[in-house]
Amino acid sequence: MTMTADVVRLRPPLHRASPRALWYWAARAAVLWVVLLAPQAAWWFIDGDGSRLPHLVVGAVWLVLAAAHLLVMPQWRYRVHRWEATDTAVYTQTGWLSQERRIAPISRVQTVDSERGPIEQLFKLANVTVTTASAAGPLKIEGLAAKVADQLVADLTARVGQSTGDAT
Amino acid sequence: MTTAPLVADADVEERWRRLSPRMLAVHPVMELRRLIFPLVAVVVGLRSGAGGEGGWWALGIGGIGIVIGFLRYFTTSFRITPDSVQVRRGLLRRRTLTVPRDRIRTVDVTSHVLHRIFGLARVTVGTGKTDKKNDGVKLDGLSAAAAENLHRELLHRPMPGVESAPSQPVSETLLAALRPAWIRYGPFTLSGLVTIGVLVGIGSRLVNEGHVDLTKIGFVHDSIDYLRNQPLPVAILLVTAAVAGFTAIASTAGYVLAFWNFRLSRHSSGTLHVRRGLLTTRNTTIEERRLRGVELSEPLLLRAVRGARVLAIATGLRVGRGAERGGSILLPPGPRAVAVDVAGTVIGDADPLTVPLTRHGPRARLRRFTRAGTGSTILILIVLAFVLLAGAPWWAFWTAVSLLPLGALLALDRAGSLGHALTAGWLVSRHGSLVRRRYVLRTDAVIGWNLTMSVFQRRAGLTTLVATTAGGRQGYPILDVPDAEAIRVARTATPNLLEQFLAD
Repeated sequence: MTMTADVVRLRPPLHRASPRALWYWAARAAVLWVVLLAPQAAWWFIDGDGSRLPHLVVGAVWLVLAAAHLLVMPQWRYRVHRWEATDTAVYTQTGWLSQERRIAPISRVQTVDSERGPIEQLFKLANVTVTTASAAGPLKIEGLAAKVADQLVADLTARVGQSTGDAT
Repeated sequence: MTTAPLVADADVEERWRRLSPRMLAVHPVMELRRLIFPLVAVVVGLRSGAGGEGGWWALGIGGIGIVIGFLRYFTTSFRITPDSVQVRRGLLRRRTLTVPRDRIRTVDVTSHVLHRIFGLARVTVGTGKTDKKNDGVKLDGLSAAAAENLHRELLHRPMPGVESAPSQPVSETLLAALRPAWIRYGPFTLSGLVTIGVLVGIGSRLVNEGHVDLTKIGFVHDSIDYLRNQPLPVAILLVTAAVAGFTAIASTAGYVLAFWNFRLSRHSSGTLHVRRGLLTTRNTTIEERRLRGVELSEPLLLRAVRGARVLAIATGLRVGRGAERGGSILLPPGPRAVAVDVAGTVIGDADPLTVPLTRHGPRARLRRFTRAGTGSTILILIVLAFVLLAGAPWWAFWTAVSLLPLGALLALDRAGSLGHALTAGWLVSRHGSLVRRRYVLRTDAVIGWNLTMSVFQRRAGLTTLVATTAGGRQGYPILDVPDAEAIRVARTATPNLLEQFLAD
């Protein structure tokens, strides 16, 4: 295999998530870290007699990790997460440490699904999931402004309706 | 609300509809049935003398169930437009599911006892998507008449892919049949290890629960005595030999039970038929229009004796799922040459099975070694910690250290397996060591691409390219391929898809 001079590569998809998605990702991660705090709190009260040092060490580790995660992850995700829907294909880029690009032709799209979880409703966001006939290939676009998501669903549904065949 | 303005000039037919109001009687009962365990728990707690509070708890849980049941009626609505079926549901998680009408494969109308009492039915709209969790649209609780109407309404369009069967005589061509000589591959399938596991399980239950003292049995007693009198290496060797021998026998027996009388044949009506089994005979029919490719799989031991087996990649046949397990077998473990031949005949093209593969280069090879090395090192450090802190014996540490060379061997073999190719209409990918698999997938069966890049892959300029498909494993990976080559493969296999996303 020879490397040619003109290396062909994919460009990132055109559109970013809504800037409010930064807060959404942070809030979602914060929920996780708060849940992790629960066993520590229980440990604090159950183990009331011993030295407090191990508690403080674990608590400090929790604080550092949580702070790092909450500060770095949303920014990083915001830079990575992108999406694009053309007349013939849907293209997404997700992840932060580990990243993934997914491409599915419109002609193979099975369902277009929009969802608003409780945290998403808080930030007036929605996510759109585009599924194909493969269980390995759903394209999930997170952190869209609700209006953008509605428009995307409408556009995609119209385009999918135009293509024929059973898409497997 | 997440309402997609699908068609601007919505007429009366496209209004949002609700389920039958009679469902108000059914949903709460169904919810109560779901809450039966907490309810029973509360009632039992009450009986055991916890006081009067239990009754309130039961009432509360029951009340919640009834409220949820009511809410399901009020939060679920659906509509049918000329293009699609849409279902809205959920209170906290509002979601709208949209299914384009020409993707609808099946419309099932079912009704269980409670449904029937109220004259109701459940309509399930299947899109042929194999993902069970999220399979299409389910409308639980339409009146029977409305369900029947909906059924007719949805299937009004001619369904793609369903042709009336031609009424001509069907002829059968035999593609492969089991030869008794193939049973020699039985011991190398290791299926007997499962049998050993089951026997050990039964044995331990006998000892623990039946209070059977195994050492009282003369044969076991004598064996243990004999082993005690041997030097340790000899004893280990003897036990290993005994286990290996038993595994071989059990595997062979399993092979005969599963594959006796195996026949693979092709019917002129466009189907493949697999017949096999000694005590339980099993017949599998695969429509060839659903066939998307084949998989040649070579478990390590089988590969050592130049054996292989063949699996089908077909829509509606998922690999290794419960009752469907084994449904995709096209050839039991047999000679590799026969397997390649049969796989080529099934897909009608021998080339993808024999074509030399493009290798993934030194960086992919290095990644196999670093991954194996990292895994072993972590394990060694954990064992070392146990030795130093918890006083585990040192031989445990040295055993763990021996994982390093083993891991290196495995990495070497894994690197040797990596490869891919594109032939006329077929995407070929190979990977794996403990089980080396060669996937042959029709390029027009590729319904999307996933390109995953971990931190380490990005630094090495490698991508794992996954071709998603509607059948088999759902996604077929090409591991750690150089970035540019991944793009080349995807572009060639699905023309006009990636072009619009390429960098200038």
